[in-house]
Amino acid sequence: MCKDCGCGLPGDVAIDGVKVGGETSRLAEAKAPAAPSHTHDHGHDHGHPHDPDHAHDHEHDHPHAHPHDPHHTLSVEQRILDKNDRLAERNRGYFQAKGLYVLNVLASPGAGKTAFIERTAADLGQRVRLGVIVGDLATENDAVRLRGRGIPAIQITTGSVCHLDAEMVSRAMERLDLNALQVLVIENVGNLVCPAVYDLGESARVVLLSVTEGEDKPLKYPVMFRSAQVVVINKMDIAGAVGFDRETALRNVRRVAPGATIFEVSAKTGHGMDAWYQYLDEAVR
Amino acid sequence: MHELSLMQDTVIIATRQAREAGAHHIHRIMMQVGALSGAVPETLEFAFDIVAKGTMAEGATLEIQRVPVLCYCSGCAQEFEPTDLVCECARCGRPSMDIRRGRELHLTSLEVS
Repeated sequence: MCKDCGCGLPGDVAIDGVKVGGETSRLAEAKAPAAPSHTHDHGHDHGHPHDPDHAHDHEHDHPHAHPHDPHHTLSVEQRILDKNDRLAERNRGYFQAKGLYVLNVLASPGAGKTAFIERTAADLGQRVRLGVIVGDLATENDAVRLRGRGIPAIQITTGSVCHLDAEMVSRAMERLDLNALQVLVIENVGNLVCPAVYDLGESARVVLLSVTEGEDKPLKYPVMFRSAQVVVINKMDIAGAVGFDRETALRNVRRVAPGATIFEVSAKTGHGMDAWYQYLDEAVR
Repeated sequence: MHELSLMQDTVIIATRQAREAGAHHIHRIMMQVGALSGAVPETLEFAFDIVAKGTMAEGATLEIQRVPVLCYCSGCAQEFEPTDLVCECARCGRPSMDIRRGRELHLTSLEVS
């Protein structure tokens, strides 16, 4: 629970183990006391030097009486995700200026996101230089695992926040040498619901689905699959053993994400990965 | 449960707007939430009570207007309301990517004093 206000929200987003503030500090502004009861008769008698060129003929004594009429309606019309989307656009512009192709990789826990990224980075080697920002609720295991393979990786631990947002990514990317990279992979928190609505500034969204998860997964999580440019069906090496109905799965993906490019792969054996590399090669070019 | 984060942002926007208007209390918050927005209205309501505590929106009523999905089928050249979130045209069965309505996640208005 948050120690500032007891709101039950986590306040401990960290990048490579270093706390960077987080969710709760954002509410501080909303919790600040409202302005004290005011008379609005401020005479402005404190002396503050004015630039001589700064001519101002506005009246400083303004007793504007608004009688605090009971309830009234304020029209706001604001998108809740506006702030995130603006930050995401800023990230996107920055990535474009650097000539970086950025993937937001999303899936359920255990679908094989890290294995897929690991295999991709290892196979592409020097041909396409790839770095990773990886998000998890806790532990730096994934970043450690990727670094062990010589892949530059930054870990974001979100505490108990179930998704990455554009601000976390913008903080994390400061710690990567982006000039040395062609592709930045953002491995999102394992979750097919929450991360769907947060734009991070990516060039493309890759949603992974493994054969053990059931063919109807795209129908169960339509918001997420609909947002994908690429859908990867992973663990094809064990499709037979788990009785995976390939045709049904492909049909379900196409129903929800008709425009997505689909790859059927095994990150473990490397099966089907070549087609994915070709896609990536063309995207980076 | 990203609804907690979403409601935090909602309360931040609401208190900022109320303050700018010289108000001291927020009594009602009106939102629009689309069926394809990725947020669950009941969860937003639950989250609201938690995040509003200690702010001028504490105790306010959260009123959520649910917005159904409206798609456009280019083949049939007409709009349709899908029966589920798969968004297949009711007439020709083709999936539509042209969502005209249903992604809203908006703070529309506030009742303040």
